[in-house]
Amino acid sequence: MGSNVPEKYKTLIKDDKRIDGRKLDELRPVKIEVGVIPSASGSAYIEIGNTKVLAAVHGPKEMFPRHMIDEDKAVLNVRYAMLPFSTSDRVRPGPSRRSNEISKVTRHALESVICLEEYPAMGIDLTLDIIQADAGTRATAITAASVALAHAGIPMKGLVAATAIGKINDKLAVDLNGPEDNFGQTDMPIAMISTNKNITLLQMDGDFSKEEFKTALSMAKKAIGPLFEAQKAALRKYYE
Amino acid sequence: MTSVKIIPKNDGKTNKDTENIKTDKADIQNKKQSKKIVLPGDILVESIDFLAGYGTYREGKKIYSKVLGLLRDKEHVISVIPLAGPYTPRPRDFIIGEVTYIGYSNWKVNFGYPNDATLPMSGVPEFIENGADLTRYYKRGDLLFAAIDSVTKGGIIQITMKDKRARKLFNGKIINISPPKVPRLIGKEGTMISQIKNKTGCIINVGQNGRIWVKGDNEALATRTIKMVEKLSHKSGLTETISRYLDDGLKKIGTPEKKEKK
Repeated sequence: MGSNVPEKYKTLIKDDKRIDGRKLDELRPVKIEVGVIPSASGSAYIEIGNTKVLAAVHGPKEMFPRHMIDEDKAVLNVRYAMLPFSTSDRVRPGPSRRSNEISKVTRHALESVICLEEYPAMGIDLTLDIIQADAGTRATAITAASVALAHAGIPMKGLVAATAIGKINDKLAVDLNGPEDNFGQTDMPIAMISTNKNITLLQMDGDFSKEEFKTALSMAKKAIGPLFEAQKAALRKYYE
Repeated sequence: MTSVKIIPKNDGKTNKDTENIKTDKADIQNKKQSKKIVLPGDILVESIDFLAGYGTYREGKKIYSKVLGLLRDKEHVISVIPLAGPYTPRPRDFIIGEVTYIGYSNWKVNFGYPNDATLPMSGVPEFIENGADLTRYYKRGDLLFAAIDSVTKGGIIQITMKDKRARKLFNGKIINISPPKVPRLIGKEGTMISQIKNKTGCIINVGQNGRIWVKGDNEALATRTIKMVEKLSHKSGLTETISRYLDDGLKKIGTPEKKEKK
């Protein structure tokens, strides 16, 4: 750990409890709302702890730009953006290296479940706006995106949810929050498909030993279950 | 007398006593209530005795749902009727579209689908000479109630006006609803839509692409009712609810006959 860590974040775990009072394998509180944007084909708003994301789907519609057209299947066009007021520093609007990368990995995480071949030569626009960032924005965005896609009536083989496993004070923990992400050692976002628990996204910032990695994977598999339940409950609630 | 109607058309079950009829009725009601909402990735059945129908896919023994919709099990075919999503053009469907472009021998019609439909010269009931001015028949901005003739995999859609019901629409009002909800608006054998037509006295044309054309004195009530059907489409017993809603609405504004007298 670097020397510029504030005193209150030097011990992130005390008596097996984290700074926000959670256990090591406990998710932050999840809240999902469906159909928040009436003009979109499908939309979802999600809160995981202090991270807040708005996801909107437009389409399937005419592919634009035309030169990106695929005559065999639809093209998923993902735009991830942190809104200027989402962090304590102002985020410069417009695409950046980071947002381009996250848009790309999010697209890959979702493409494998969407039945894109049912809409040849069309485009599906997915907009992910981070309203408030407090670690795990890409994981939260993916969880919101698959709810919005389901709400838009786009055929999918299953839902996709994501969470992060991290290492803080040499211990593995689920779903890191802001300080844990900033002053912890490792952060590993994982996305999985609801039906077969196949992994569609796995990135790692920091390092894990082989054993730690294996434990982290099994922890993710366990932690992601409640997220799927929350997604399903939100979609069912919308139609009640 | 009414109990006769309840007996389903099952062969070999013609001699039923009253008790059986009662249980049948209960069964039907149960089925109506258990209109189950399924989500993408939900396991529908785990057996090879069923066929995977629309909105589902099979993996090994299991049949999964592919879309958000209502589960339907008909003669061992499991299918899911979507609750949302875009319109997929099918031949013999009726659509409402707007003429957007006039070519040398055809019209292009936009009907809320990524690809515009083509109405060829041969799709018009009148004989048109080669090189004639096509704007004499349909011009830009005209609304057409047309039938889909053919759909290719590449997304080329041909429509035709050579159908009894096909026509050009004048005046009136267009309402957009979610395309998967159109069957519910029409109802079983057209019960829902004819009810709205009869009670409001409006002329209504329903396009399968989710566009509905309404014309008449009670346009506002008809519009509200159609929006109501869209909102409550996944609920059972909708025809009665809408019937009551229409009666209430008519009471407030007075029946069409009374209005004419004034």
